[in-house]
Amino acid sequence: MKLQRSTSIALCSILEAAASPERLVSAPEIAEKYGVSPHHLAKVLQQLGRARLVVASRGVGGGYRFVGNPKRVTLLDVIEIFEDISARPAESGDKENATDVGRALALVLSEVDETARATFRSITISTMLKLIARERPGD
Amino acid sequence: MYPSKHSHAPQSPPPEISGPTRGFSIRDASAADLDQIIAIDAEITGLKKVDYWYEVFHRYGARARQQRQFLVAEVDGRVEGFILGEIRDWEFGEPPCGWVFGISVRPDARLGGIGTRLLDAICAGFKRGGVTKVRTLLARDNNLVMSFFRAQGMMAAPFIALERDIA
Repeated sequence: MKLQRSTSIALCSILEAAASPERLVSAPEIAEKYGVSPHHLAKVLQQLGRARLVVASRGVGGGYRFVGNPKRVTLLDVIEIFEDISARPAESGDKENATDVGRALALVLSEVDETARATFRSITISTMLKLIARERPGD
Repeated sequence: MYPSKHSHAPQSPPPEISGPTRGFSIRDASAADLDQIIAIDAEITGLKKVDYWYEVFHRYGARARQQRQFLVAEVDGRVEGFILGEIRDWEFGEPPCGWVFGISVRPDARLGGIGTRLLDAICAGFKRGGVTKVRTLLARDNNLVMSFFRAQGMMAAPFIALERDIA
């Protein structure tokens, strides 16, 4: 399973900000750490702001703060701002999906999609922060 | 799955654990707890399964077998939640590990750490029984309980549950 780049950047940004609730996380800091262009990151952060997951503070020492509830916001909540990973219904105009083979393939793909959604829906930002701490070398 | 016929290291009863904030204790379930356990389960699932819980208590209660555990969290004489599970050997070809078959906490008693303490207590029992891994199985759409287990650090096990209709 591969998430779109914007989604991945959004998750990294949210997790960076949620990990340090006592301070503002700067966009250049995120851009540098994750190797993302400042322009792309700005667009992602703007969308996260519209979704009321981060707020921005401008000026010297400015940056972003996560304002969601880390025990309630899930990975799926963030992902769905940027892409639709729901089980895809067969498109009516698609000839493949009108065949037995197409329908059987759709059934298997739907199984994969539903498992992915259940996984993302069950992991909160708070749980991810614990997982990150566990994966940190030396911990 | 079926109960293991293999024995494990003898277990002593779990030490009584008191919660830091609300003074709850974790102990073995007793027959006197069954009415409350049935009520908690009925409140959550919408089904009152009296015979089922008596049968579960017969199999898991009072340390029916050393590797089985049925624990309750109690506050001032009121059962606020319960957990049950057992150590099974070579289930699905895997080395012995602890399985949690059920955990429930009264809706009005949640977010107080009771579920965490119940899981910790059953894991301590599994560890005393000589295993170092705990597993569970739950419905994919049971997001509340899946989120709880995730928050406890549980990750996907190397299994896929399969089913089919039997004509």
